[in-house]
Amino acid sequence: MPPGILTLAADKATLSPANTGFMLICSALVMVMTPALAFFYGGMVRVKSVLNMLMMSFISLGIVTILWVLYGFGLAFGTDSGGFIGWNGNFAGLSGIGLTELWGTSTIPVYVFAVFQLMFAVITPALISGALADRVKFTAWALFITLWVTVVYFPVAHWVWGEGGWLYELKVIDFAGGTAVHINAGAAALGVLLVVGKRIGFKKDPMRPHSLPLVMLGAGLLWFGWFGFNAGSWLGNDDGIGAVAFVNTQVATAAAMLGWLAYEKLRHGSFTTLGAASGAVAGLVAITPACGAVSPLGAIAVGAIAGVLCAMAVNLKYKLGYDDSLDVIGVHLVGGVVGSLLIGFFATGGVQSKAKGLFYGGGFEQLGRQAVGVVCVLLYSLVVSYVLAKVIDLVMGFRVGEDEEVAGIDQAAHAETAYDFTGAGGGTVGRRGPGLGESLTKKVDA
Amino acid sequence: MKLITAVIKPHRLDEVKDALQAFGVHGLTITEASGYGRQRGHTEVYRGAEYTVDLVPKIRIEVLVEDADAEELVDVIVKAARTGKIGDGKVWSVPVDDAVRVRTGERGPDAL
Repeated sequence: MPPGILTLAADKATLSPANTGFMLICSALVMVMTPALAFFYGGMVRVKSVLNMLMMSFISLGIVTILWVLYGFGLAFGTDSGGFIGWNGNFAGLSGIGLTELWGTSTIPVYVFAVFQLMFAVITPALISGALADRVKFTAWALFITLWVTVVYFPVAHWVWGEGGWLYELKVIDFAGGTAVHINAGAAALGVLLVVGKRIGFKKDPMRPHSLPLVMLGAGLLWFGWFGFNAGSWLGNDDGIGAVAFVNTQVATAAAMLGWLAYEKLRHGSFTTLGAASGAVAGLVAITPACGAVSPLGAIAVGAIAGVLCAMAVNLKYKLGYDDSLDVIGVHLVGGVVGSLLIGFFATGGVQSKAKGLFYGGGFEQLGRQAVGVVCVLLYSLVVSYVLAKVIDLVMGFRVGEDEEVAGIDQAAHAETAYDFTGAGGGTVGRRGPGLGESLTKKVDA
Repeated sequence: MKLITAVIKPHRLDEVKDALQAFGVHGLTITEASGYGRQRGHTEVYRGAEYTVDLVPKIRIEVLVEDADAEELVDVIVKAARTGKIGDGKVWSVPVDDAVRVRTGERGPDAL
């Protein structure tokens, strides 16, 4: 994220129609990542809870969009106070912003920047939902999202990307969200898990993915949308850096997919589709903070290392006994940490900033900054998320009842069934059916 | 009358069906089934977690025949379903008291 760095000339920047158009398209690309994530996660759960998994992501599009407009954008990107939080009254309700008012030193309107960043705020809490498959109350989840973005995401986005934010001023490099999005979501998943606990039957019942084609579709769409996420984070293409970010995104993702597949072939004997999809996502996560700092060869290294390490990390939950159902910690926390720290090794000093990593003669300085960013975001998110989840659990209970969980949360939370294979569901047409005569309310033949 | 039931590998269904038709069987019922015998199941791996899948997909065929044809028909099915590898399935027959063709009300062998 480049707010202060994009100053191209001393004179005032003018609105660039090309950059503005590009950024609106990038915003749409990042938007589609949330439904993509919903399918990526939805395919991995069992038939009885796929709808709930989809809804846990979709509801974020609803809630966080409204919160962002009301106060989120102001808190994250308003005028800094103390390096911790921002505020700008004109941003409240996005109502005091001029049509052609430009964001900072960039060449795009504030409105464009606000809607681009909105999409980041939407997907970050949705990422957490993968850890909580099958078992949390929908209202509790909606409340958690509301509180979490308010006291965790908005402030952390300010630390990392806001002018005056303390990690930003420390020159921690996070191009598109390794700390603010992925470490943040991964650590939150761990915090909530410590309160919510494991699924009934964890490690005992088979909980294999009900639809791997859905997982592959979701991963492919995530990959596509991620170009907007990363390349768009430079807010324009006047200096070619957005293009480097685009290339590095593709390269690292390819390397990570191959890395994960190679690891699991050697370790477990097969090249699995779930491995390919997971490896790709691990690579996307890891290159997110680094895509403006490394060379394409560096991106290969970042991707390959992340692919292998994440493939190893997803097995930890069985050893340690925590039920991170769809591996939010193993992929997003570990991938985010790997990508953020590797900047300290692979930053070339020739792309987004002059900071050089260890392998390019920069010493330990940047690595140290990256480590500070990683540890602080991780701990803050972990602790605050735990507290929020604990409060919600005490007030209203975070989990659904045992019988509802076993029968399937789709029925309990949404009164729907994902797939009707037989057409032999039986039952009767309800009285509330749309325009149905009395004769149709008889029992329907199976 | 006898009811012959065969549980076979799904990909042998066409061969068995053709053999039954060639023999002169007029009707049969097929069900998609799952189960295991000596073959047991198989192992699947998801992100490193191994799942043992006990039940493997099978096809269950049911045919009603006259007593005189039963033994030969069992042989016909066995011959058509066999691949020689483990998991080929099983065929058995049991006596049937009565059968009725629903449309006409015919009973016994006439209903076949």
